[in-house]
Amino acid sequence: MKRSGAQIVWECLVREGVEVVFGYPGGANLPIYDAMRGYPSIHHVLTRHEQGAAHMADGYARVSGKVGVAIATSGPGATNLVTGIATAHMDSVPVVFITAQVSSKLIGYDAFQETDMTGITIPITKHNFLVTDVYEIMPALREAFYIARSGRPGPVLVDIAKDAQQALIDNWEYDHSPFKMRGYRPNMRPAPSSIHDAVDLINHSKRPLILAGHGILMSNAMEELRVITEKGNIPVAITILGKGVLPANHRLNLGMMGMHGEAWVNNAIQEADLLLAFGMRFDDRVTGNLNTYAVNAKKVHIDIDPSEINKNVKVDIGLVGDLKEILGQLLPLVETQNRVDWTDHIAEMKGNVSVRDIQNLPDNGHLYAAHVINDLWRFTSTDTVITTDVGQHQMWAAQYYHIDKPHKWVTSGGLGTMGFGLPSAIGAKFATPMSEVWTIAGDGGFQMTAAELSTLAQEGIKVNIAVINNGFLGMVRQWQEFFYDKNYAATPMKSPDFVKLADAHGLKGIRVTQRSQVEAAIREAQATEGSVVIDFKVEQEDSVYPMVASGSDLQDMIRRPRVLVETPKDS
Amino acid sequence: MLHTLVILVEDLPGVLNRVASLFRRRTFNIESLTVGHTDVDGISRMTVTVEGDDHHIDRLTHYLYKLVNIIQIEDLTYKQVVKRDLALIKVSTVSDKRSEIFQMVEVFRARIIDVTNQSVIVEITGDIEKIDGFVEVLKPLGIIEMVRTGSVAMERGPDSLFHAENGYQELTQSMN
Repeated sequence: MKRSGAQIVWECLVREGVEVVFGYPGGANLPIYDAMRGYPSIHHVLTRHEQGAAHMADGYARVSGKVGVAIATSGPGATNLVTGIATAHMDSVPVVFITAQVSSKLIGYDAFQETDMTGITIPITKHNFLVTDVYEIMPALREAFYIARSGRPGPVLVDIAKDAQQALIDNWEYDHSPFKMRGYRPNMRPAPSSIHDAVDLINHSKRPLILAGHGILMSNAMEELRVITEKGNIPVAITILGKGVLPANHRLNLGMMGMHGEAWVNNAIQEADLLLAFGMRFDDRVTGNLNTYAVNAKKVHIDIDPSEINKNVKVDIGLVGDLKEILGQLLPLVETQNRVDWTDHIAEMKGNVSVRDIQNLPDNGHLYAAHVINDLWRFTSTDTVITTDVGQHQMWAAQYYHIDKPHKWVTSGGLGTMGFGLPSAIGAKFATPMSEVWTIAGDGGFQMTAAELSTLAQEGIKVNIAVINNGFLGMVRQWQEFFYDKNYAATPMKSPDFVKLADAHGLKGIRVTQRSQVEAAIREAQATEGSVVIDFKVEQEDSVYPMVASGSDLQDMIRRPRVLVETPKDS
Repeated sequence: MLHTLVILVEDLPGVLNRVASLFRRRTFNIESLTVGHTDVDGISRMTVTVEGDDHHIDRLTHYLYKLVNIIQIEDLTYKQVVKRDLALIKVSTVSDKRSEIFQMVEVFRARIIDVTNQSVIVEITGDIEKIDGFVEVLKPLGIIEMVRTGSVAMERGPDSLFHAENGYQELTQSMN
């Protein structure tokens, strides 16, 4: 069949099973858009900014487990994707970014809207392609999808020159045959001897602890994790991206580790005699000071990316390969043990901490973000998808919105990208249209991509938005309070009336200032047909506890003072 | 210490940029880098000299392997190798040192490959130390210009460094 390069792009997307793409048209990708309507099985979402398209494709990929797709034009359209590409790269999310490039004859001559996208994105993609020949479009896209989803997933960018989009192939056919990639071998396997060494360490350990990360979700190894945990009575600490690997209420799920992790989790890590790191990468936000990190523990690290082994933390055994496969091999060899001394000890540490929890504070007329988020958890089902922005609310959401099922929690962990919340929620909604989807955002991050409210309205889909509005760039303010003598430089933020902003988009807006109003607002949002923005006016100067200051020892946590900070009545 | 890595890469546009970009991004310093064709179509060979302890170089190797166009990496640092650098050195002959220059060329087993009334170009091949030594000797005699290729290296003995299944045979990567 006769096909243009632009049509071949869509033919390839159809063959890859793509159902939805997020994008923005422009001069150089006009041929792709011209061909779009010939492929009605793929729904195109017009975003308000390419960063939004990138985060939507990212959110879609995280929730669906499929490869997300975002499209942008050359030059500024493509560079607007960059934050979204870097976000997906840091969190290993499979997204294919299709950007248009100026015609091949013009490349290198500073043509209008020309940017060297393959050059720009080398450090923030798993791989990228510059395609200047129509015959290279299909091979590049096939390899791009394969690379994005295999091994350690990640974003791949395909930059297609306009003349390649326009060129015609007379007898084009889709090539289903296996393809050759000499330098790409994503499927590694550990030696059986190292598996046995790891099992030996596990079976002889008195105080083992599993550190469960995003890799478990991506490898679909949740069941293997559960069985190992229960068989050996090995408690599980999770990373922020690992939420959902094990139900939050599972007796062995201790909760989140790290800078804003639970105190008993961080203490358990420091007291453990064996750490089993599954699909996590010892980020500086989870280890604190590396010199004092879990010094008494042997360490076993399982990851699909060999460059993660011994990168931040020197380990005793590193197993490279697919987690599901490796855990499957470990499983039958792990002995059934009760380890009751260890689990009792952790329970005792947990009990001592829980009394200080803000949830135990009686209603004093003030609205705390942690209360709002905990109420949101209470009034939504376990099938609800939660996406967050970045900052204090993100940490409170990680602490107080308990996730029981995999792929229900979407947050920018590695890059910490403000503006991620709303667009990733829109992408998540397309991945699971029947699920209730909420995004929790701060007043700062929400405004970074609030233009996507308009996308939401145009698509007519329902995503509820909980704005945790404290009138500050809260996390920065917290650091200023703790480490910069309360010098609140450039953190107080005046925002528009979010209720009116919602109204301007034809969406419902609700304002909440009292804890007693929280449930009714959530219920009203759920009952409303369209998307709803709830403006939760919370305490302005509350902080996230506990906190391990950057570079401090993990057990050295700043704890919530017993007297809560309150906004003065006259403010 | 200095490590010598030999890297087989796919001969595609931009691959050198990807490798160089990775060294920069991961804060490794390239002491020298050479690249050229191999006897196999579509495969180029890089020799990179880089400073770092074994742990650093191990990390670097893992990062390099993440580049899709890299086929195989071998660290030759602890192997029996021949390592060669080539230099072209243009030396002034206007002074009365002409015969001294010719003598040094003889001693170092270098070659004169261009002669004019005022200058000669000397070609020398050898390991880094030999060339460094030669340059030191020539300096007082008046070096006009100099170029060095950087090291290339190869393991001694009859075997190829490169595993047939890695480098010289195309792997079939099936979908999924």
